Amino acid sequence: MNELVFFINNVVIAGSVTGSIYAIGAIGVTLVFSIMRFAHFAHADMMTFGAFMVLLLTMAFPGAGAVVGLPTAVVMLPLAMALTALLAVGIDKAFYKPLRAHGVKPIVLVIASLGVTMILQGLIRLFAGTSAQSLYIAERKEIYRLDLPFELATRPVIITEPQVILFILTIASVVGLHLFLNRSRLGKAMRAMSDNPDLARASGINTNTIVAVTWVIAGGLAAIAGTLLSLDVTFKPDLSFFLLLPIFAAAIVGGVGHPYGAIAGGFVVGFAETLAVFNWAVLLRPIAHYFPEWFELPRNLAFVGTEYKIVVPFFILVAILVWRPTGIFKGKVI
Amino acid sequence: MSNPTPTPTETTSQSRFPVREVVLFGALLVAVLGVYMAMGTAYSTRMLVEASCYAILALGLTIQWGYAGQFNAGVMGFVAIGGFSAMFFSVPINDDFWGSELPGELGRVLLYIVAAIVLVVGATRLDRLGVPKTLRTVFAVILAVVLYLVVISMLREVTSEIQSRAGFVGGLGLPAWTGWIVGGALAGGIGYYIGRICLGLRSDYLAIATLGIAEIIKAFLKNSDWLTRGTATVSPLPWPTPGPAELGFTLSRAIYLSVTAVMIAVIFFLLHRAYHAPWGRMIRAIRDNEVSAAAMGKDINKRRLEIFVLGCILMGVGGGALATFNSLFDPQGYLPLNHTFLVLVMVILGGPGNNLGTIFGAVAVYIIWLMSEPLALFLMNLAVMFGEGAFGWEPPANLSSRALQARVLVIGLLITLVLRFAPKGLLPEKVKHHG
Repeated sequence: MNELVFFINNVVIAGSVTGSIYAIGAIGVTLVFSIMRFAHFAHADMMTFGAFMVLLLTMAFPGAGAVVGLPTAVVMLPLAMALTALLAVGIDKAFYKPLRAHGVKPIVLVIASLGVTMILQGLIRLFAGTSAQSLYIAERKEIYRLDLPFELATRPVIITEPQVILFILTIASVVGLHLFLNRSRLGKAMRAMSDNPDLARASGINTNTIVAVTWVIAGGLAAIAGTLLSLDVTFKPDLSFFLLLPIFAAAIVGGVGHPYGAIAGGFVVGFAETLAVFNWAVLLRPIAHYFPEWFELPRNLAFVGTEYKIVVPFFILVAILVWRPTGIFKGKVI
Repeated sequence: MSNPTPTPTETTSQSRFPVREVVLFGALLVAVLGVYMAMGTAYSTRMLVEASCYAILALGLTIQWGYAGQFNAGVMGFVAIGGFSAMFFSVPINDDFWGSELPGELGRVLLYIVAAIVLVVGATRLDRLGVPKTLRTVFAVILAVVLYLVVISMLREVTSEIQSRAGFVGGLGLPAWTGWIVGGALAGGIGYYIGRICLGLRSDYLAIATLGIAEIIKAFLKNSDWLTRGTATVSPLPWPTPGPAELGFTLSRAIYLSVTAVMIAVIFFLLHRAYHAPWGRMIRAIRDNEVSAAAMGKDINKRRLEIFVLGCILMGVGGGALATFNSLFDPQGYLPLNHTFLVLVMVILGGPGNNLGTIFGAVAVYIIWLMSEPLALFLMNLAVMFGEGAFGWEPPANLSSRALQARVLVIGLLITLVLRFAPKGLLPEKVKHHG
């Protein structure tokens, strides 16, 4: 039974955590793609920026969390979301809008977004240094140990406070996004613009507003994802290069321009990563005595080592591009 | 827009005497002489050699981005492959490894890998024998997973054995230039598969995939200690020309510079011919108007693949030359900033699609890049002195490492500003119009 607990701790929980973070990131990427038709490479750095804002705010008001009974970082999250959204709109105004006005090819916007990546990274490193920092400044990370009601399971299932918050926030943002896209006027306009920009413009939808709203949503979600990732591990200024590939893989797996697909894609990529680095020998060991004599169970039966984790999203990306470039949910734009 | 459809006014206003080129290259010459005066000959020659290696990389990118409009965001990966190959071919033979039974073991595992691949490929063809397609797919996938696990655990055993007993595989002891050529071939091979997958799709996908493959190549080289010594780094790498120990720094670097200069000249000449040949016109036609090029009966995806692979080969060769010159193979030293974005800035600033402009951009940007390091430190120290004097500000301890981060910011700003205000670069591509 302990093996099962080990599996839950290392795959089910870890996979859901990475999956949720990738999903929230991929929603932003896919929304930007469906409205502005380019792959926004600076998204992962917007996530880092959001986490950095939280770090700064937590440093400024370290006692704020104790009043509400939550980690200070979570209390500061809405403010950081607003700041990141503002940044996203500002970046669009400063860098992407002039290029769009010139009518450039989408790939030029991609290059510009790589430039923005560098700018954000440079700024963050200039002010935050290059070392990792914990978002828990004045508090301790709560760790819950849940004992399973089985006799054989002596080890507890371990889940931490930020992970619980992460699950709650993921569900909240997915439900919120669903309601926004389906119920509100702006959300419907956004879907219309993603379906057919010319028709949307012709029917009186203000495309500038839609673009701004998209950036606000993308920025806010990026701040959530970045903060939760940094809460779960630590804040590092160079998170983004390791996030970019999984997030894009998630968006493409789900079908580009398809928010619900992005959520599914995020979990597919997250679980694929954790399953691939999981050492399957642990699960096989209890039944090892059923195997024939000549068969010796290797100690390490993981598909890839942790250091090659980045291969997994790439492999998924390549597989989906080869077999089904539209993604599992049939994305619109290709 | 970086690769615009030219308007008639641009072509008619072409001056006969290339004023712009002369002025820019004159300024560059003055800058180089200035560096020679300030920093001494050994340092400046080293700078020029590195700049020339970067010029090869930039030429590789300029044919991908400038000629064909394909954006490669993973130059670093191809450079690293070239560097690895240069290391592997030129480093002396490791007798600890070749003297033991380990090469046989490794060869056996490699044979198993080949056999496993053959088996899996065979399994995917089972439908020709009348097996239902779904069954075939399930069978092939299960077989692939099982064989992969078997082979990978064997490989892990052998490699950890090599690592503990022989350190690493060692090199082949061949001249460095063989490594450069093979590095180019390896990079081209990887580029071929990436291109095959991505070039038929939207251009964004190529950027994502190249970004990914670059990180994977780096992760592989960094963690395969048995092959590359990983973070322990391999040095020195022998030069194809007499090294500094025999001739002193300046002269040996000058000879190396002449080798890279000849390489650039050859590449430049061949590219110039190709650009003005029917092949070059076809490539530009595909870039500027894909639909009409297809209507003319051109095989767009094949041509795109051709040029993408060609660019990757140049990057591999340039990466090999760069690693050999540094005489050090350090997988961790390959950074997206130094090896992808710096090259990108060289190309878009110099003039994508214009070979002369690209070479100008490479040398100019590399000088700025090197000089910005002491400059950033100086400015930072100035700011600290001012801050301490005026408000008693306590500077953070790791200031000098932070000052270097300012270069990331500058590169980013340069990319966005050039795209915005000088999308055709300093020396724009000249498009001839006939008729």
